[in-house]
Amino acid sequence: MPEERTIAIRNGLFDAQVFTQGSGSPVLFLHGVFPFTEWPKWLNPLARQHKVYAPAQPGFGESTGLEHLDSMNDLIFYHLELLDALGLERPDIIGHAQGANIAAEIAATCPERVGKLVLVAPVGLWMEETPVPDFFSFIKSQFIRAAWHDPDAAASRGLLAEPEDEQLAKELDLERIRSLGAASKFLWPIPDRGLNKRIHRISSPTLILWGASDQFVPPAYGPLFQDSIAGSQLTVLDGSGHLPMLEQPDEFMTEVLNFLS
Amino acid sequence: MRFHWFHLMPYQNLPDDFSTTQSSVWVTVPSNLYDPLEGHRIYNEYLDELEFADQVGFDGICVNEHHQNAYGMMPSPNLMAATLARRTSNAAIVVLGNSLALYNPPTRVAEEMAMLDVISGGRLIAGFPVGTPMDTAYCYGQPPAIVREKYDEAHDLIMKAWTSEDVFSFNGKYTQLRYVNTWPKPIQKPHPPIWIPGSGSVETWEWSAKRDYLYSYLSFGGYKRAATLIQGYWDTLDRLGIEHNPNRVGYLQLVIVADTDAEAEKEYAQHVQYFYDKCQHIGPTWGAPGFRSIATLRSRGQEQFTERNSAPPGPRIQALSTEKTWKERLENGSIIAGSPATVRDQLKDVIETMHVGHLMVLMQLGNMPKEKVLRSTELFAKEVMPHLRHYYSEYEDRWYPKPLSMDQRTAPAPIA
Repeated sequence: MPEERTIAIRNGLFDAQVFTQGSGSPVLFLHGVFPFTEWPKWLNPLARQHKVYAPAQPGFGESTGLEHLDSMNDLIFYHLELLDALGLERPDIIGHAQGANIAAEIAATCPERVGKLVLVAPVGLWMEETPVPDFFSFIKSQFIRAAWHDPDAAASRGLLAEPEDEQLAKELDLERIRSLGAASKFLWPIPDRGLNKRIHRISSPTLILWGASDQFVPPAYGPLFQDSIAGSQLTVLDGSGHLPMLEQPDEFMTEVLNFLS
Repeated sequence: MRFHWFHLMPYQNLPDDFSTTQSSVWVTVPSNLYDPLEGHRIYNEYLDELEFADQVGFDGICVNEHHQNAYGMMPSPNLMAATLARRTSNAAIVVLGNSLALYNPPTRVAEEMAMLDVISGGRLIAGFPVGTPMDTAYCYGQPPAIVREKYDEAHDLIMKAWTSEDVFSFNGKYTQLRYVNTWPKPIQKPHPPIWIPGSGSVETWEWSAKRDYLYSYLSFGGYKRAATLIQGYWDTLDRLGIEHNPNRVGYLQLVIVADTDAEAEKEYAQHVQYFYDKCQHIGPTWGAPGFRSIATLRSRGQEQFTERNSAPPGPRIQALSTEKTWKERLENGSIIAGSPATVRDQLKDVIETMHVGHLMVLMQLGNMPKEKVLRSTELFAKEVMPHLRHYYSEYEDRWYPKPLSMDQRTAPAPIA
């Protein structure tokens, strides 16, 4: 069972909601732009070999203090203090989308604080000829379906299921809006806060994972990230969109476990 | 009771198939649909209309700010206000307003509005909208989650720039200035009346009430739907223990006056149709997550995140989705149109039920040509306004300018 804790950061200016499970060498997971309110079950296989920490970023779940973060710099220092508060000297970090952006920023700013780095569909770089889609402007149906390589197959596996209870469904919608709003603070209007000026500093062994059909962050960015991070490897997962950990869970987890071992 | 004539300045030549072939009248409206020669004609005609409203006795003439928008072609309302300041002499110049989070530094607003107040002899009403997601977040690139905070900070800076007698420094989160020393200063002391146009955000109700500003609701969905939002504002005032002075509330209604009800439909229905079909064809994707607070989204009590990605459907969307005909729009109060008697009766209802002391009317709609606009405006001024003037005269109105007297004014020299 995952453990849930609230960690006070900077003398309580921030409350960080952190889920933890497993034992072994520490791995930090930083989520993307979707709601994050509970332990993601897809992390279970990872938690059988590692102690996995999954914090909600400020403005997500029950984590507070978004109003004290105005820039990418603020967000980086917040996360360094989160590592301190969790007693994580040099964890491996897995980040997804905006979480991968943050992970890359941490690894570029303080290379000594990151063991291995896994970037899943990271944002943070910008190519004029291949703009990252404006996923903030997606309407609900588009937002839900665009996350998948095969939304109908995902639906039949129950991955698109919305709460039947009207009130719960409404709360989920509000949580989606709240999560996107929080992420937008560091991604709007262009998801580029200068990572390209720092990314060369990353010295962690790095695995870049991308769903071949990602409609949130184009896989065309894979080679750019790979070229920017010395020695990194890029693996594109077929049959997967923006959420390869859910759409191709076995293949995804095999890649991650092999890389971290 | 005071009456204000509001212009949006829509483009008049959107093609017949606009709403089926284009995704939005705003943000991404194709620029190849804009003909600057038509633009020349309609800007000048629209300014004529505003000046006419001044001549026939309206208390205020209103301009507003939109960007990348084919129904609102005033990216700079202050330019329009400047020319109106020279060509009119009676009506208040209602700039409703400048979206404060979009001006860098915001002292620009303090400077330009002070210029307008000085040129016009103290006739400026300073409107400070937070703005729409389309204008602020999409067209001007502001992260939606910071717009309100940036707005608040800009407001504090502008008010201090207007009222401080000393040079001061300002160390804000969004603006840092070593020397703030706004020249010129407004004629109206301590500052021009402040109007806050809102769209039902609970934060704006309380924010306006606490500062004693006028709160106004601009409805394209009519008074029957707007009444609940205005009531939310009255409830906020009750909660804060603030007196129910109708003059602290403004409301905008779509109005058409003709000789008879039948003539109103015959002459004007096509323009109303253009307004709703084309000018209100706003793509479904322009809600910006984080722009409206979760508290506001909850307070709407409507379906979220469905029709638009973050904005629950307000009165405008309701009107668009439920009304297709002239008759339906009249029945629901989206527009008030007909003979002077018909319009009078319904406006009485508006004024009494919403308890509003400042009524703004939108009388140029869509592609309505100038002669029809002037006719409807004149009928309103002559046959409607006088019958409603008496409302709320017993209340103080400190939300309307106190301009220089005529003998203190310098009139523009006639052009030879």
